[in-house]
Amino acid sequence: MARTKPWLEPHPHGLYVRPADLWIDPARPVERAAVTHGHADHARSGHHAVFATPETLAIMALRYGVDAAAGHNQAVAYGDGFERGGVRFSFHPAGHVLGSAQIAMEYRGERIVVTGDYKRRPDPTCAPFEIVPCDIFITEATFGLPVFRHPPTRDEIAKLLAAVRAEPDRCVLVGAYALGKAQRVIAELRAAGWQAPIYIHGALERMCALYADHGVDLGELRLVGESDKAEMAGQIVLAPPSALNDRWSRRLPDPVTAMASGWMRVRQRARQRMVELPLVISDHADWDELTATIVEVDPQESWITHGSEEGLLRWCEMTQRRARALHLVGRDLEEEA
Amino acid sequence: MKRFAALIDRLVYTRSRNSKLALIVDYLKHTPDPDRGWALAALTDALDFPAVKAGTVRALLGARVDEELFRLSRHFVGDTAETAALLWPEKPLPFREGVGVGHVDGAQLQQAPPRPSPEGEGGLSISQAVDALSTATRSDAPAILASLLDRLDADGRYALLKLALGGMRVGVSARLAKQAFAQAFAVPVDDVEELWHAIPPPYAPLFAWGEGRAPCPDLADVAFFRPFMLAHPLEGESLDLSDFAAEWKWDGIRVQLVHGGGETRLYSRGGEEIGGAFPELLAAFDQDAVIDGELLVRGEAQGGAAGGAASFNALQQRLGRKTVTKRMLADYPAFVRVYDLLAVDGNDLRGLSWIERRRQLEAFVPRLAASHFDLSPVIEAAHFDELAELRAGARDAAIEGMMLKRRDAPYVAGRRAGFWYKWKRDPLVADCVMLYAQRGNGRRASFYSDYTFGCWTDAGELLPVGKAYSGFTDEELKWLDKFVRDHTIDRFGPVREVEKTLVLEVAFDSIHASKRHKSGLAMRFPRISRIRCDKPAEEADRIATLRAMVT
Ligand SMILES: [Zn+2]
Ligand SMILES: [Zn+2]
Repeated sequence: MARTKPWLEPHPHGLYVRPADLWIDPARPVERAAVTHGHADHARSGHHAVFATPETLAIMALRYGVDAAAGHNQAVAYGDGFERGGVRFSFHPAGHVLGSAQIAMEYRGERIVVTGDYKRRPDPTCAPFEIVPCDIFITEATFGLPVFRHPPTRDEIAKLLAAVRAEPDRCVLVGAYALGKAQRVIAELRAAGWQAPIYIHGALERMCALYADHGVDLGELRLVGESDKAEMAGQIVLAPPSALNDRWSRRLPDPVTAMASGWMRVRQRARQRMVELPLVISDHADWDELTATIVEVDPQESWITHGSEEGLLRWCEMTQRRARALHLVGRDLEEEA
Repeated sequence: MKRFAALIDRLVYTRSRNSKLALIVDYLKHTPDPDRGWALAALTDALDFPAVKAGTVRALLGARVDEELFRLSRHFVGDTAETAALLWPEKPLPFREGVGVGHVDGAQLQQAPPRPSPEGEGGLSISQAVDALSTATRSDAPAILASLLDRLDADGRYALLKLALGGMRVGVSARLAKQAFAQAFAVPVDDVEELWHAIPPPYAPLFAWGEGRAPCPDLADVAFFRPFMLAHPLEGESLDLSDFAAEWKWDGIRVQLVHGGGETRLYSRGGEEIGGAFPELLAAFDQDAVIDGELLVRGEAQGGAAGGAASFNALQQRLGRKTVTKRMLADYPAFVRVYDLLAVDGNDLRGLSWIERRRQLEAFVPRLAASHFDLSPVIEAAHFDELAELRAGARDAAIEGMMLKRRDAPYVAGRRAGFWYKWKRDPLVADCVMLYAQRGNGRRASFYSDYTFGCWTDAGELLPVGKAYSGFTDEELKWLDKFVRDHTIDRFGPVREVEKTLVLEVAFDSIHASKRHKSGLAMRFPRISRIRCDKPAEEADRIATLRAMVT
């Protein structure tokens, strides 16, 4: 890093764009924040002005009561942008969850792209990742170790459906993060032909409704709290991971505990969570996606953050690519991966 | 290999015993010979490939994957076989599923073979894998293992590596495997028990018999395990001593020593071979016979200075070891206190009455070295009340109680009503305070059902003395679960620390000195016997009181 005066400064609690006096995904309240997506480790409450996609603003409004339409917030659609302090900002799909964006910035002929969280696999609930050529590529690395290779999603969905059909007296309880993963699992189930009502934990209700409002068809959803134990036999139930082994689950008919997460690739992780049916379904890029994306973007330099920085850093070193690890704080990614 | 890999995967995540059983039954019914036999052997850790070791796998990985990436991955995954299975190079999947993507130019993928066909097999069966591994030598083992791994997907590689290295750890005991076999082919589990140890993997004659294609295999000249005769607990009833004989119930482990076909084997309760840990007993047992007895270590805690035995704690120093040092042999000399004779000089005695077997046993024991074998004495008592007095007055707290054996009963496998009774000493009890709680497994996953409890030091501090997860009714469990949730003061991962207010009466069979706990004590078979809501925590027992019960 021989740059004398970087215009984008990595700080432990976020990335600061000095000429624009604006933070990207700051971990504490600031005057002006550009937010890549609605997950809590990226979108915090309490900022004065937020720049984000309309979907992300809607998600933040739902979670924090932020007024999406307030004058100091600014909705930026994919492909659109704004200029501030000589920096040209534009938002591009990241393929992670509804509304998730990469943020590209151009200043004095240099372009930096912040991916936020991303994935390359198709997802029926959000726009696919776009390659944005740049000089500095700031990439996530949640699954930045070569042991993480997510299998095809349809195989995992097939596993889930086989488990439901194998034991018609029981239900399958799928732990899925409330924003993104839950809706994706539902949409993938619909795409695989599962037409029965899907039962959800109350904590998923409003986010599912938000997705439906944005045109993502999730089919018929029923609240577990308003359903009979008996009617849920042979059915699929979704709940946030924290509810899996909680008292709440006693109202279900002898549930088979499943969990949809990239961490399920590792048996020990799945067993620690008392999971009987691990489903390797992730909203984050796996090792192959991470490395292939760096190859495709082919930046001058990669900055690595958010996960197993060392693994991806080592790969960059092995393939003679300039890279450095950023150590940002407050990135709690266990649940949403 | 694909079906086996799928079975392993299901077993890893299945917690209930019955579900595990159902999975294995289904596998055995629908898999051909010899694959299913090898699978069964792998599940019960009965396979050994001396040329293939964890080091072989690490070396293979070292040649294919960057050392630093392997180190980081191994650290994250925590298991060498699983890390290797996941890291083994293969062409990346087109992650856009159908669209395809440019190749990855990672140096570690240069040697990647083509990804296995969607069938995933490359035609590799377990028996092919076993054949290849068992003919491997030190020098060609790496190449052989590598070529096998190249033909499998990640789950297949995991199964192969676990099969090759052992340590399957999928919660399948030999007993469960035998039950699965019996259930799959509707044959008596006792027969399976007996044949199991006499026939080596892949058990082809066993399957032929199970499926009714062949008669029961002949077991002459094999040092096989005879399933143990077991006892029911005696609960309150009194027995007529003209029908029953009494012996002390020694606190060691039940073993069977078998000499036959030129081999000597020492089996533990489940039919597991444990001879490796007790070479001196194998060497000393030189008679053509099968004996049933208690494995003990010389000492005085049980039976006094004259030919007595040490506490269970001393025996524990010898258990679970693959090899023993001279020092171990000298410090903890093991012997067998013999109480039954199942076969001698080619004759099976199991059909005879206990009286007749006892007569032959008393004649037989002098043929064994007195240094390593002695006879379990019959307790003389005129009537049952006298026996009860003897039991109550037993000086040695370490003795577990008495055994009562029907004089005219044959030796039969398993627990048969009316034949053998165990009459345990009343358990010891202590009032302890609940300290921590943790969730249980399976059906109890949503309940805090595992409790750590403690007693008071003289300085007025509570130190843990044990952990229990049984003894309570379902109703009590619900109550305890609610208590834990309502009185949590801190959390450490899955563990909740609770307010130190609840007294639990804990029953246990004995208590020993232990370096593992800060209190210096360890209980044997602790269980919650009562919830003492009536008792204030300050009145729970002191560590010093428990220490006085140590044997
Ligand atoms: Zn995210
Ligand atoms: Zn994130």
